[in-house]
Amino acid sequence: MKSVIDIKDLSTKELEEIIAVAEDIIENPEKYAHKCDGKKLATLFFEPSTRTRLSFEAAMYELGGHVLSMSDAMSSSASKGESVADTAKTVSCYADIIAMRHPKEGAPLVAAMNASVPVINAGDGGHNHPTQTLADLLTIHREKGRFDNLTVGLCGDLKFGRTVHSLINALIRYKGIKFVLISPDELKVPSYVKNEIKDCGLEYVQTKDLEEFMPQLDILYMTRVQRERFFNEEDYLRLKDSYILTPEKLATAKEDLSIMHPLPRVNEISVAVDDDKRACYFKQVLNGKYMRMALILKLLEVK
Amino acid sequence: MNIDSIKNGFVIDHIEAGKGMEVYSLLALDALDCSVAIIKNASSRKMGKKDIIKIDAKIDLDMDILGYVSPTATVDVIEDGKLCEKKKMTLPEKLINVIFCKNPRCITTTEQELPNIFKLTNRELHEYRCAYCEAKASK
Ligand SMILES: [Zn+2]
Repeated sequence: MKSVIDIKDLSTKELEEIIAVAEDIIENPEKYAHKCDGKKLATLFFEPSTRTRLSFEAAMYELGGHVLSMSDAMSSSASKGESVADTAKTVSCYADIIAMRHPKEGAPLVAAMNASVPVINAGDGGHNHPTQTLADLLTIHREKGRFDNLTVGLCGDLKFGRTVHSLINALIRYKGIKFVLISPDELKVPSYVKNEIKDCGLEYVQTKDLEEFMPQLDILYMTRVQRERFFNEEDYLRLKDSYILTPEKLATAKEDLSIMHPLPRVNEISVAVDDDKRACYFKQVLNGKYMRMALILKLLEVK
Repeated sequence: MNIDSIKNGFVIDHIEAGKGMEVYSLLALDALDCSVAIIKNASSRKMGKKDIIKIDAKIDLDMDILGYVSPTATVDVIEDGKLCEKKKMTLPEKLINVIFCKNPRCITTTEQELPNIFKLTNRELHEYRCAYCEAKASK
């Protein structure tokens, strides 16, 4: 029995297997419609994230399974002082697999250590969100057909943005990846992440200038600058509009650039970009569901 | 008290100078009834200065704590007044309830009954990270 708490819990081989299954689901959805008949997914959300919860629930329904939703997790067990460990043990009695979101970093790991069924981390504070990375990887694979020899621009909040760190962690497993790290000084990639890139013998450039590097990019991954990461409103307001992607800025970009964003966006990508054929962020949402389906199948060991 | 006066016990030698008291408190030596000696700033050929702790009892010595606080330390095991074993320390892979996570967003801050687990993530830099939130241990 395996849980997925961190993208690092999946080997490169496992990642590629999950991607292959997701691509097969897209081609042959009917083949998978009853794979999880009689199985139950429990969604334990200790902080609201409707979009992630819906994605997990849609994934399970499309596999023919059922969903037990503890949507009132915040108001019930936690407020009665029940520990994450006890909740995990209790829910293991009802469900075959658990998806947990929690505001405290490491809570899903505690659940995995105590549950008797697999646990998927659906986001723990600013720490890990592995199924977002799975959605990103499937999107890159479907748009580019490969993971190697790509110039990947990451733009916005690269300091606190967990999706960025875990995407980097997944991509450094491949050859010929070049990272362009675009952020204001206050929101630069932490040095341990840069060291991971260097240790894999890969290149990166750090810049404040999105436009200068635009023509080189195969992928542009935009992120939002989150209010809750700042101690004062002034800093937030000053930095939040640092990079706004507009059709004008895309003028010099490659024809086959893929524009990605983990969503929800605030205003980092102008709505005018949505009709550009290079915009992939809504496809990313759909890909997230397919990857969650493939991950559930993998963890439930359904063939 | 010199080494000859220990019948059955330990001499923890080559402790980094200044770390003796930290070793003493983390190993909870204050709770012992037997005689315990701390020697501060003893001169050492190899280290210049070092701390030494002598314990005159066969206690259950936590080598992980010792290895974490002072990886340079060596432990002489004394039986019947004779040196019978010399142990070298290394940084332990895992520390349980030795150091505590200071990240306010970590699950260990709200669920106090959880063991604080730290894992060695970089041996050269002596870097430990919380098993739950991956925050770096602050020394
Ligand atoms: Zn922690």
